[in-house]
Parts: sequence; structure tokens; C-alpha cells
Amino acid sequence: MDFSPILTAVIPVVIIGVICAAVLVAASKIMAVKEDERFPAVRECLPGANCGACGFAGCDGYAKALCENPDTPANLCIPGADGVARQLSEVLGVEFEDVVEQVAVVHCAGDCSYTEDKVDYHGMQTCSAAKLMYGGKGSCTYGCLGLGDCAAACPQDAICIENGIAHVNTRKCIGCGLCAKACPNHLISLVPDVERVVITCSNKDKGAQTRKVCKNGCIGCRKCVKVCPNGAITVENNCAVIDYEKCDNCPDFGICARSCTTGCIMLADLSGIHRVK
Amino acid sequence: MTKLIIILLSAVFINNYVLSRFLGICPFLGVSKKLDSATGMSLAVIFVMLMATAVTWPIQTYLLTPSNLGYLQTIVFILVIAALVQLVEIVLKRYIPSLHKSLGVYLPLITTNCAVLGVTILNIDEGYTFLEAMVNSLGSGLGFFLAMVMFSGVRSTIEGCDVPKSFKGLPITLVAAAITSLSFLGFGGVIENLFA
Repeated sequence: MDFSPILTAVIPVVIIGVICAAVLVAASKIMAVKEDERFPAVRECLPGANCGACGFAGCDGYAKALCENPDTPANLCIPGADGVARQLSEVLGVEFEDVVEQVAVVHCAGDCSYTEDKVDYHGMQTCSAAKLMYGGKGSCTYGCLGLGDCAAACPQDAICIENGIAHVNTRKCIGCGLCAKACPNHLISLVPDVERVVITCSNKDKGAQTRKVCKNGCIGCRKCVKVCPNGAITVENNCAVIDYEKCDNCPDFGICARSCTTGCIMLADLSGIHRVK
Repeated sequence: MTKLIIILLSAVFINNYVLSRFLGICPFLGVSKKLDSATGMSLAVIFVMLMATAVTWPIQTYLLTPSNLGYLQTIVFILVIAALVQLVEIVLKRYIPSLHKSLGVYLPLITTNCAVLGVTILNIDEGYTFLEAMVNSLGSGLGFFLAMVMFSGVRSTIEGCDVPKSFKGLPITLVAAAITSLSFLGFGGVIENLFA
């Protein structure tokens, strides 16, 4: 039997294949990209939500920074909390540090029973669109627009719109801060720990003006500033602000809330935000 | 020169690989959902088509035809294109990591893309010279790009439409693809008569 037709077909293909293989092997050797062998392990620890709360561009970015720069703290992943920080410190061989857990707080409590609408809005149902129309439909232009841009941004479904304003479910909140970026009125901020005193107004108008548009509004009376033993509360632009680095949940917890004239200082715990007055 | 322009234009419009020859339908339906991924995929296809032609044309002309091995065309071309795409991927990863990242999974996907194999084989069948073959692959790549970009526009319009329930998803996409391809029939005979 004559095998030459088969050989004339097979041999050229084999030769071409071997040449291709040789070129590929050479290329992969010469142009190999150095990859930190710890990278896959580090990336594996991170939750993969790509929320950006750590300050890097997604989980890949944070993992890369951890591998390349030993000074990068291993406790920046807020959604992952202590569990992830512990795993990371094991993989990287650094000392474990506590994660400062954070939750989102909406600095507005002007729901339908405290403030009124000035117009009947039928436009696009997003806060950022409504904000463009004379600052939104509510009579207070600083307050929650209630159309749920934050709820749409939340990866955990932790925000719901109730009675016209946004509420954060602190049990579900992972503290990524995406809602804070989505709010056109910048009403949402991240607060360390769950049990806290929070100020639920962001109105920067003078007291009398604020009083006209919302019964819950901060009128800047400075009563809370006076009662606070740590000097953690200040009034900036006619609205009270708490410095959480100074506020240590003092022995008389909630004295500021109880002394507040309008009741816009409230107590937050796992079940939500509670009005004291 | 006129012939090159005719080859280029007819590869883009009349013999459009996706809409007239129905090659490369899988990326056409799979990757056309978003404009940026459609653009990335098309650029990768243009690049690979040019590279593949530059390598396969000499192989066919100087190796396979003289030794009467024309019947090995398909398998040799697939082998060479696959190796070439891998090589391109290694080079990109080393020197242009940003492009490598944006092309992502599309680059290895092109390895088995019928449009690329179709271009290289049709270049031989048409009896093009090397320059003509390169121009034809460039035109084919641009035609693929045009089809992808156009169709991603069509699809984003469909997304905003109230489609009947039974047509939602793939059915309406196929109907839209058919209508888009029908519109390209209008180019038939235009280019030849343009230079007549």
C-alpha cells in the first residue's frame, strides 16, 4: 500500500503546526508578563461587588494595590467587614486591623407629614431629572426628592422610598457609599457604626425660611451645640453638623436629640431612625 | 487604483460579510448589544483579518499551490489563524495592556470566527494579488465594523420599544437583522456603475 499521499498531506501540516507552536512558546517566554502570585489569592478574598468603597477602581484595583504596595491598608473593604480584612491579613501576612464599619444615613426626614409639595411633578421619575425643574417638587429644595435614585444605585436593595423620602435599612446596608454619590442633593453620608445620633435635615436657609417649608427642618438655634459635652456639634450654614470623630456616644446618649427644638436630631439603631421628640 | 477602490467599496457595501454573505453572524448577534463592545469586537476583527490575509496568502501561493496541496487549505488556514491570534494576544498583553483589556475575551473568540476564515479563502478563490487581497480584507473588516455599529444602534432602539411579548428578545433581533440586511441589497450594482 502506498502511504505517500497521506504523508505529503500530513508532513506539511505537522511542520506548519510545529513552527507555529515554536513561535508561540518563544513569544510567551520572551514576553511573559510578571503577575504577582498572591494576586489571585487576594482577589479571591474580596467580595467582588466592585463598589469602590475602598477608594480603588473595583475589587481588581484594590487587589492589585494590595499586592504591589505593602503600605496599602488591608482593612479598606467596608462591605466585606472584619471577615474579609482577617482573610486579607492572613494572605498578605500583615497584622489584622478592624474595619471601620459604616452605614448610609439620609439627612432628611421631611416626609409627607412634615413638608408639602409646591408643584405636581409628572416628568421623568428620577431625582436628578426632578432636581433640574426648579430644584424638585417639594417646597424644600434641599430635601429628599423621593424618586429613588439612591434606591436604584443600591446594590443591596437596602433603600426604600416611604412616605416621600428615602429610608435606609441598616441591616442590609454594606456602607459602599454608592447612594451618596447618586443623590443629587447630597443628602446621604456614611456614618461609622450603627447606633448613632444623626441629624435629619440639610436645609441651609435661615431658620424662619426653613420653618416655612418643613416642620422637621433644622433652624440653626444652636441648642444642641450648647448641650453637647464633647463639642462635636457645630452649626454650619444654618444647619447642625455632627463631627463623628468627636462624638463618642456620651454617657448622656441622645441629650442633643432630646434638646432639639424641632426634633430633627434623631437616634439611629439597627431598626432604623427614631424621633425622640 | 480604480480596481482597488472598487474592491474596497464592494467589500464594505455590496458583499458585506455579515449582511450579504451571512458570515460571522454569531458575534453580530452576540456582541452587538452595546456600542462599545461592538466597536471593540469589530476593531479586533479588522486587525485579525488583515494579519490573517498577510500570512495565509503567501502560504497558499508559495507553499500549497506549487506542491498541489490545495485541498489542505481549510485546515492549514485555521491552524495559522489560531496561532496568529494567540501570538497577537501575547504581544498585546505585553506591550499594550490597555488594548488587551478592552478587547478582552473577543480576541480569542475571533480565532474560530467564520468571517476571518471566509475572507482568507475568498481572497484565494477570487484570484486576488497580495495587495488586492489586503485591500479586500480591510474592506471586509470595515464592512463588519459598519454592520456591527449600525446593528448595535438598531438594537438599542429596540430596547426602548414596546415589543409584543412573543417577539421579545431573540425573535425581534432576528427580524431586525433581516431588515438591516435587506437594506444592504440596495447597494447592488451601485459601485460597478460608479466607475463605469
